[in-house]
Amino acid sequence: MSEINLAILLASIVAGAAPIVLAAVGETITEKSGVINLSLDGSILLSAMVAFMVAYETRSLALGFSAGAIVGGLVAAVVGVFSIYLGQSQVAVGFVLTLTLRDLAYFFGNPYSRLYGPQVSPWPIPYLHNVPLLGQVLFNQTSIVYVSMLVIALCWFYLYRTPMGLYLRSVGEHPEAAYARGTDSRRIQLWYAIAGGFLVGLAGATFSLCTKPGWGRPQGAEGTGWIALAIVIFGGWHPVKAALGAYLFAFLQVMGIHFQELWPSVPAQVFQVAPFPLMIFTLILMHTAEHGYTEKTDKDYWLNRIAKLLSSSAPAALGRAFRPE
Amino acid sequence: MSILPLGTKGQVLRTVFIEILLMLAGVLCITSIILVAAGSSPFSAFKHLFLGSLGSWMKFSQVLTSWIPLTLCACGLVYSFRIGLWNIGVEGQVVAGAIAATAILRIGVESWMPGITLLIAFAGGLLGGSLWAIIAGFLKTKGGVNEIFGGLGLNFVAQGIVLWLIFGPWKRPGVASMSGTEVFPTSMWLPTIPLFRISLIGLIIAIAVLLITGWVLGRTRLGLALKGIGNNSKAAYLHGLNANRYILYAMGLAGGCAGIAGAFQVTGVYHRLIPAISSNYGYLALLVVMLANYRIWGAPAIAFFFVCLNVGSIQLPMMLKLDSSLSGIIQGAFVLAALLVYAWRKRQQRLVTLV
Repeated sequence: MSEINLAILLASIVAGAAPIVLAAVGETITEKSGVINLSLDGSILLSAMVAFMVAYETRSLALGFSAGAIVGGLVAAVVGVFSIYLGQSQVAVGFVLTLTLRDLAYFFGNPYSRLYGPQVSPWPIPYLHNVPLLGQVLFNQTSIVYVSMLVIALCWFYLYRTPMGLYLRSVGEHPEAAYARGTDSRRIQLWYAIAGGFLVGLAGATFSLCTKPGWGRPQGAEGTGWIALAIVIFGGWHPVKAALGAYLFAFLQVMGIHFQELWPSVPAQVFQVAPFPLMIFTLILMHTAEHGYTEKTDKDYWLNRIAKLLSSSAPAALGRAFRPE
Repeated sequence: MSILPLGTKGQVLRTVFIEILLMLAGVLCITSIILVAAGSSPFSAFKHLFLGSLGSWMKFSQVLTSWIPLTLCACGLVYSFRIGLWNIGVEGQVVAGAIAATAILRIGVESWMPGITLLIAFAGGLLGGSLWAIIAGFLKTKGGVNEIFGGLGLNFVAQGIVLWLIFGPWKRPGVASMSGTEVFPTSMWLPTIPLFRISLIGLIIAIAVLLITGWVLGRTRLGLALKGIGNNSKAAYLHGLNANRYILYAMGLAGGCAGIAGAFQVTGVYHRLIPAISSNYGYLALLVVMLANYRIWGAPAIAFFFVCLNVGSIQLPMMLKLDSSLSGIIQGAFVLAALLVYAWRKRQQRLVTLV
């Protein structure tokens, strides 16, 4: 493979991963606070539809992205209120919303399907995009791709290097203890659910305005919400590892297109579906492998280091409603 | 997982009745608002939903034919919910059952006893669905993989296998297409009542599975064990119940029901294997069981209502230029309303216990 080809390949992976990165990092924030927002798949579709509709009507990309993000936040607020304040199963609420929002998106999006709307154009960063290879891959992208990369760094910094991030994690681990120290655990959970949903909505808008421009039935974003949820779990609730998972999935998707050219006899539909099970089973393998390591490595320093890097555990209060007495 | 209102039997019935009326009113309001927002008249939409599902014998037979697989899936899900599992893999289990049934029909197509072949096809469907569910169960018990994600991954795998079969080994002579494999000869079709186009055998199977499920869960040791583990796995462990083993039992039974639904889709509805063979009945059945408060006896009626919505919505695009996904919105709104009702019940109970 020549260098130009490699650059194009890597650039398409970075671009294709942008919405999945946004969704996975958003869901990581939500789950770190102890709330599972299972509605991702429907949430992404609805926000994609609303973003396209708004951008088409107003001819403004900025308004489109904001509308998508607001929809994502609203959905997360519904999940939050039902589960945190009304004590309903987070999985149940999320699952119902997944199906219902998808139908809602198809229902209201019907008049907008197969229209040519505005879409984000590439925005090379001056000087930096001339750097060989790296410039092509990282600095010759659309603005939302830069945002997705920034979000990874900001989210990591917020979670692990600021006092607010510490509060957020403490609520996810032990809401009772956080409450005893004077934090309103439930309000914090609701706010971070909404903040995560905001990013998920942005992910939806990225689909319909950048990655797979336009609206239709199917839009092409179907299923990615579930992938984002799986990435969060097996990425060990760590924003950077979750983002790496998103890039891995984008890599599988891009490779699917290449393999299709290599074996034209295999039906195209198989390659469209293949990345999903491949991703989930890759993650399962990683999961079992890391458990194996943590048991066996007592002596070897490097293996220990790797095991520590891979090891992860869920926020202790994930999915459990907290009720102050 | 389920909560009932407090009080004597009469009071409970009255409360439930009022709650159902409130839910109906709420959903009617929400749906009307959505329809008005889409620039359409709610009255004519509801009229078309009703006439499109119960307006004629033809439509009614279509409703009953869809009711069979949906009820079968719902029966299966009650097993897995009873032990506290979210069997999202039900969709893939329907597909696995359909694949197994198709494979058997393809082998038996030359045989001189189509009745026996059909019987074996149903047994194969049951086993296929069961096996697919037990894989998810093993991923859960041995691999520590959450059943939601294991099941979801297996759904995608099943979908991939169906596409591969239709475009590869089982493709129609000539050209392979999304319309599925070649249609079976009519001797391999599940017989239907003349004129009505309803499969009596399918109906009998669905009702039998329903009764068996109710009996197993309510009257047997196995049902008690599933309930015990679902409610309190630690206490069940202390009573000597092996939770992992019962998880596999519950998944096997759930997948078996879904597999029968898949076999029915092949033998009684499409008479071939198509890419969308599951018709989303697995996911819809999850909503049915949630609305039925995770119990078996409400499920058939709710399944009937949901199927009416599905069949009725088919003609919406033609008549009113509305997307047929309206039925899904109404179904989802009902489940959300039910969750609100459960939240209210929970609150009532807490107030009572505080007093």
